[in-house]
Amino acid sequence: MRRKYVWISLAVVAAALAVVGVSLQADEFTDTDVERWQGEYMSVVDDGRALWGSPDLGTNGVACGQCHPNGANTHPETYPKFQQQLGRVIALREMINWCLMNPLEGEVLELDDPRMIALEAYISYERRGVALDPGKH
Amino acid sequence: MKIKPNRREFLKGAGAIAAASTLPLSTVEIAFADSKKNFTFGYISDSHIQHIKGNQFVNNWDRGLIRSVAEANLMQPKPDFVVFGGDLAQLGTKPELDHGAEMLAKLNYKTYHVLGEHDYYLDLGEYWSELFGDHYYSWDHKGVHFIVLNSIITFKEWTFDRWPTPEQRMLEMAGLDNPNGSPFMVGDAQRAWLAKDLEKVSKDTPVVVFSHSPIQKLYKGWNFWTDDAEQIQALLAPFADATVIYGHVHQIQYNQIGNISFHAVMATAWPWPYPSTYAQAEHTMPKLTVPMNRADPFFERDATGWQFIDMSNGRVSMSYNLANNTNRTVAYDPASGKPVDTQFQDVGNRVPPQIHY
Repeated sequence: MRRKYVWISLAVVAAALAVVGVSLQADEFTDTDVERWQGEYMSVVDDGRALWGSPDLGTNGVACGQCHPNGANTHPETYPKFQQQLGRVIALREMINWCLMNPLEGEVLELDDPRMIALEAYISYERRGVALDPGKH
Repeated sequence: MKIKPNRREFLKGAGAIAAASTLPLSTVEIAFADSKKNFTFGYISDSHIQHIKGNQFVNNWDRGLIRSVAEANLMQPKPDFVVFGGDLAQLGTKPELDHGAEMLAKLNYKTYHVLGEHDYYLDLGEYWSELFGDHYYSWDHKGVHFIVLNSIITFKEWTFDRWPTPEQRMLEMAGLDNPNGSPFMVGDAQRAWLAKDLEKVSKDTPVVVFSHSPIQKLYKGWNFWTDDAEQIQALLAPFADATVIYGHVHQIQYNQIGNISFHAVMATAWPWPYPSTYAQAEHTMPKLTVPMNRADPFFERDATGWQFIDMSNGRVSMSYNLANNTNRTVAYDPASGKPVDTQFQDVGNRVPPQIHY
């Protein structure tokens, strides 16, 4: 009886894995996989780019891109760093929230809000190729 | 439309500014033998007045323009005139242009206007013209020939045929980094006018051009660029003392190309990054320029400001009045034949906030 349950359980797990498209062989993936994963990432970058120019993120119509064309002057490679105006080490997304509250006169986003992830994905994408330099001023 | 300043409101603002006693005013060295020729003028630019709804406007941008106007009114010596360098509005609407014009009407001086792309691409400058007049023109003042160009027009197809509505056309051009934008230019008709205008000016007369975009090619992606820059430079080449002063870039820039000096002015609204800080782009920034300080966003007016300009030697000495930074002066240096920062030009004198990355 117990063995039967084990087999059923294994079958359920296998079926679930098949449905979500995960290979049981974790260390093997194809060019097609890589292409798809990159596409998933780029779709979030595109969401971030749309939010970057959006007048609706805050309350006064001001958009991130007004001061930061192409995400410039945001320095994602330097975070976490000591944000001297706040007197502590912060992550980039805390600075994004500061901008949402102040120049955009809006509400903060939850740190794992998909919009926050999208904004960060866009900023980092525009900064691709620049070496990590945490703490830099 | 004429809007007169409300006297009580003006005095209140002036009093507050005077009390702060932070005014960066200086006296002028006299260089012309004929001292009657010495004069100064003010330059305010890129206020980007932004309408929210009803009678609400973005407060941050309003404060930049209000402060600049109040400070310019307290200039000593008094400027002969003020130039507003374009982008008074953010999206070119009547409420934005009216609100901006009302704030500018508090200036105590004759004001000349330059057209920016944010003023233009909604109705192609029609309402702006009702308020401020011609898109390009020239005048003479104390021995200097001044020219205003409309440098922000672009291809006919982009302007007239590409966008379903004027509102969308405005939005597409308003995004600085929008790949759907189109390069700025002065265009054939205006260059022909400029050539004719310059015919009557003797080659030893100082010539000063005011444009919104740089009449040089710095970075096309953000339209720090004028497509027919070389052709305009060629028209200015025969003049011994030629200067171009431009807005649009929201940062300190200066350059020398042949006999032509170039000076950018600050925005009253917000600063822009230098194109060199965009990791994915090719760009050509003037080597001469000692950058403005990197902005501290926690100070709302940081890296914004306005300018006063001393024309006493027929060349420009540009003083940047910076609300939250040490003021800067970039002046033409006759010995080296180019503009230099009077304090920071030597590499040994630079400070860490001038490093941009």
